[in-house]
Amino acid sequence: MSGDKDGSLEARLRAAEVKKAGPAPAGSGTTGPMGIGARVGVELLSALVVGLAIGWALDWWLGTKPWLLALFVLLGGGAGVANVWRLMIPRKR
Amino acid sequence: MAAEASKIDALGQFELTTWFGGVGRVVNFTNSNFMMMLGGGLVLALLYYGMRPRAVVPGRLQAAAEISYTALMDMSVGSIGPEGRRFFPFVFTLFFFVLMGNLLGLLPYSFTYTSHIAVTFGLALLVIVVVTAVALKIHGLHFFSYFFPPGAPKALAPLIIPIEIISYLSRPVSLSIRLFANMVAGHVMFEVFATFVVLLAGAGILGTAVGILPMAINVVLVGFELLVAALQAYVFAILTCIYLHDAVHLH
Repeated sequence: MSGDKDGSLEARLRAAEVKKAGPAPAGSGTTGPMGIGARVGVELLSALVVGLAIGWALDWWLGTKPWLLALFVLLGGGAGVANVWRLMIPRKR
Repeated sequence: MAAEASKIDALGQFELTTWFGGVGRVVNFTNSNFMMMLGGGLVLALLYYGMRPRAVVPGRLQAAAEISYTALMDMSVGSIGPEGRRFFPFVFTLFFFVLMGNLLGLLPYSFTYTSHIAVTFGLALLVIVVVTAVALKIHGLHFFSYFFPPGAPKALAPLIIPIEIISYLSRPVSLSIRLFANMVAGHVMFEVFATFVVLLAGAGILGTAVGILPMAINVVLVGFELLVAALQAYVFAILTCIYLHDAVHLH
C-alpha cells in the first residue's frame, strides 16, 4: 500500500522535474486543418503588411520612391515564410 | 421600414454610438467603452464574489474562480517556465479582457469590442511593448542578437536581419488581425443569416418553410461562436506567453 503511494509520489516528482526542465512545446492553439490554414494565412499576410509599411515609410522618408518598397515587400514575404516555418517546425530544445 | 429591412446591413452592428447623452458625447463614451467596463467589472465580480466564501469545498462560483486562476497559472508557468509566475497577472488580465469581449458580444443588443482593429491592435501593441521591455531588462543589449540566430552564415546577415526584424514586428499585426477577423467574420455571418430569415419569412408560406434553414444555421453558429470566443481568447493568451518565453529565454 505504502509502495503504491511512493510510486505515485515518484511519478509526481518526475512530472514536476519535466515541468521544471523546460516549457512544453508551444502549441499553436488552433487545431484542425482550417485552423492551421487560417493561422498560416494570417502569418503570411501580416509579415507582408509590415514589410510593405516599412518599405513605404522608408521610401517616403528617403525619397527613393519605388525601390525600397519593392525590396521590403520581398523581405516581408520572406519573413512570412520564416513565420510559417517557425509555426510548423517545433523549436529545438 | 420594409425597404430598410430588405437589405443586408451586416456592418451596422459594428458602429460606435455615444452613450449617456451630452456627457457621453463630450468625453466620447461609446457602447464599446461601456462593454469594456462591463467585462472588466464582471471578471472582478467573479473573482471577488467567487472567492468570498473561502470554502474548502468550493461552490459553483468559487470553483469557476479557482479554475480560471489555476488554468491561467498553468498556462503561464507551462509555456514561459518558472519565471511565468511573474507574468501571470498580465496574461490573466489579457485573457479575461479578450474572453469577456468575445462572450459579451454574443448577447443580443450588445457590442463586441474585440471586433474593432483599434482595440485588438492596441492590446497587441501593449503585448509587444511589454515583451520587448522584458527582453531588454533581462538581456540588455544582448537582446539584439535575437535578430541573428546563432550558427547562421555571416554572409547572409544582410538578408537574415531584416527578415527577422520584420518577422518580429509582424507579431502584433498577426495577433490583432487574427482576433479581429475571427470576431468580425462570426458576427457578419450571424447578421447575414438572420436577414435571410426575415427576407424569406416575408415571402409567403413557402418562404417561411425555407426560412427555417438559415435559422437552423444560426443556431449552430451560436454554438460555434461560443467555441471561437473561448478559443481566440486562449490563442491570444498563449501567444502572449510564447512571446514572453522568447523574451525571457532568447533563442
